[in-house]
Amino acid sequence: MKTILVGLGTCGISAGGEKVYRALQEELKEHPGTFELKETGCIGMCYREPLVEVIDDGESHLYAEVTPERIGRIVEEDVIGGTQIDDWLALAGGQAEGFFDKQVRIVLRNSGIIDPGSIEEYIARDGYQGVTKALKEMTPEEVIKDVLDSGLRGRGGGGFPTGKKWEFTRASAGDKKYIICNADEGDPGAFMDRSVLESDPHSVLEGMMIAGYAIGADEAYIYCRAEYPKAIARLRQAISQAQRRGLLGEDILGTGFNFHIKIKEGAGAFVCGEETALIASIEGRRGMPRFRPPFPAVSGLWGKPTNINNVETFANIPWIIQNGGAAFAAYGTENSKGTKVFAMAGKVQRTGLIEVPMGLTIRSIIFDVCGGIIDNKRFKAVQMGGPSGGCIPAEMCDIGVDYQEVNKTGAIMGSGGLIVMDETTCMVDVAKFFLTFTQAESCGKCTFCRIGTKRRREIPERITDGQGTMDDLDNLEELSDQIRAASLCGLGQTAPNPVITTLKYFRDEYEAHIVDKKCPAHVCTPLLTYTINELCNGCTACARACPTAAITGEKKGMHFLDQELCIKCGKCFTVCRFDAVTKD
Amino acid sequence: MAESHEEFKQFNVDLWKFDGHEGALIPLLQSAQDTYGYVPEKAMHYISHVTGIPAAEIYGVVTFYAQFRTRPLGKNIIRVCNGTACHVNGVKMLYDTLQEELGINYEETTDDGLFSLVSVACLGCCSLAPVLTINGEVHGRLNVAKTRKIIREFRTRTKASEQ
Repeated sequence: MKTILVGLGTCGISAGGEKVYRALQEELKEHPGTFELKETGCIGMCYREPLVEVIDDGESHLYAEVTPERIGRIVEEDVIGGTQIDDWLALAGGQAEGFFDKQVRIVLRNSGIIDPGSIEEYIARDGYQGVTKALKEMTPEEVIKDVLDSGLRGRGGGGFPTGKKWEFTRASAGDKKYIICNADEGDPGAFMDRSVLESDPHSVLEGMMIAGYAIGADEAYIYCRAEYPKAIARLRQAISQAQRRGLLGEDILGTGFNFHIKIKEGAGAFVCGEETALIASIEGRRGMPRFRPPFPAVSGLWGKPTNINNVETFANIPWIIQNGGAAFAAYGTENSKGTKVFAMAGKVQRTGLIEVPMGLTIRSIIFDVCGGIIDNKRFKAVQMGGPSGGCIPAEMCDIGVDYQEVNKTGAIMGSGGLIVMDETTCMVDVAKFFLTFTQAESCGKCTFCRIGTKRRREIPERITDGQGTMDDLDNLEELSDQIRAASLCGLGQTAPNPVITTLKYFRDEYEAHIVDKKCPAHVCTPLLTYTINELCNGCTACARACPTAAITGEKKGMHFLDQELCIKCGKCFTVCRFDAVTKD
Repeated sequence: MAESHEEFKQFNVDLWKFDGHEGALIPLLQSAQDTYGYVPEKAMHYISHVTGIPAAEIYGVVTFYAQFRTRPLGKNIIRVCNGTACHVNGVKMLYDTLQEELGINYEETTDDGLFSLVSVACLGCCSLAPVLTINGEVHGRLNVAKTRKIIREFRTRTKASEQ
């Protein structure tokens, strides 16, 4: 019998996936027994959601942008009739050309394929084989060696070798140890972890179990941000399924290994992604970082040795144990092994989730995998690493994704958010955005991070208001150096990166704001001038939209904009359908 | 401490279940907020009374985390994503439209109590930017017209359900 899969990750749902699913349920009532209806997670093509896949004996037809109205025809012609509807296919007309070609899916091996609510489907795709192998055939030391051999580095952003971290925690004295999964994906622009949790929660649980066995922990926490309700629901369901099957609890698989996983919902604080702050938050306190050492590997949760890894790191583990460290290390570059998941967003054609081998160039990711820039605009820069990362200019995008290569640009690999910017993005505005973010999220413990970030935020605010001076640029650099030097945790230490990189690569844009009082990307409102040109045919739409009556003119006659009255709200520009309003 | 019948809700059940375990504070506060829609001062005192954690410390935790509110919000909570992708893809347009439709700024509630507008750091739906959620329901790829339509529908729906 044919199977129909509907992508119901958060992106699928918000594009209308649930309505499509309900329409399919109705169809199934009308044509009982014609197909089996299932939900799945994220296949990565968020830009074409809702996605519906019709599978028959290994042959698959993936339909994109499906609406409830299209369901009738899909069922009738494809499912019952056996003829695919070419125009509606996701891959039709080369629209997804190259999207999957350069991808290697290890973390996303099950995403968009299995029903994340079914432990059976996970098991059917070799799920829980990794932990079985580890528990029954390997010593904890052998497990750690395999992870060391794989070259896996922490995927949360730090990039610390995972095997080393495990080794330290295993070597720490104490009979009680903890595993923590960091699912507090706080970087704006990153959604890899949410997607993995929603699409394949068991792979994370299995990775945590293997880590628990390796370091000698019997208790674990998943610290997940409360903004991800669907991911939390999936995790709860997965944990109870694993418990019922005896895969979590006491004496797992008869090996004497005990392991319990609890979920802690975060309460909304970016700084809790820092491991000591995260631990403080689980302990019920304000999530403020503390001085390290001692590192959590020695003294972590409740003062016990604790190993913290990120969601994506854990999701890699079962695959590594099953296939061996060398198989993982076969992908990637000299110092960056395996694959990396990237969340693609911004001005790129194909937004969504991709997984590529380390070393693929940023340009290839944007143009070959993700189809290039929207509306064929000029590619300007890519932002990597969120508020701790930086903006890499288009000219430098021939470097491969590799920890060292990316660091050389002043950005960081980070957790995997890749935000593509084109000529309509103002780099000063982007810097201002990140400075506002880090200032709001500073926990307030260190003076420079608390007060310095506020003073620093005021500088690009002045510049985008047209009040900046050239001295501001020197102050911005100096203050950034001081905040970096005098902050305790990563938030303050890396917060200057977005500023430093934009100053380094896009200094001309800063200067245009300061000297010419112009915003080259036409973003910073106070620096814009709106004018009406001869294309105006007097439709009066702009005059009616103008809140300050700055636009006057006869019907069917050219209109005029009074600069004295104009508050630069841009409404005239938005409503004009004849390109008669220009901004400069 | 006298409690009216009205207050025998999930929050009280969770308080009774308190087993002296450290780390219970944040889940208790989350339960209070789920029950009341915000964390009332009296809830902080109840928690302090039961757990022995000083009320001042509890207040410190409440004000540290973005999730906790100390004032009640409107019936429909609109969360506007201010993540990088939404910023680049026009969250300003979204905010302007909402402000026009609702007449309120971030962290404010409409006079009729129907809507509250909240700014959040990132909802993690970056591929659909710009994004907002209403009562947890995600709406993506928004433009002016789509945003207006959603708000008007919600207003009609909420008013209808009240009658």
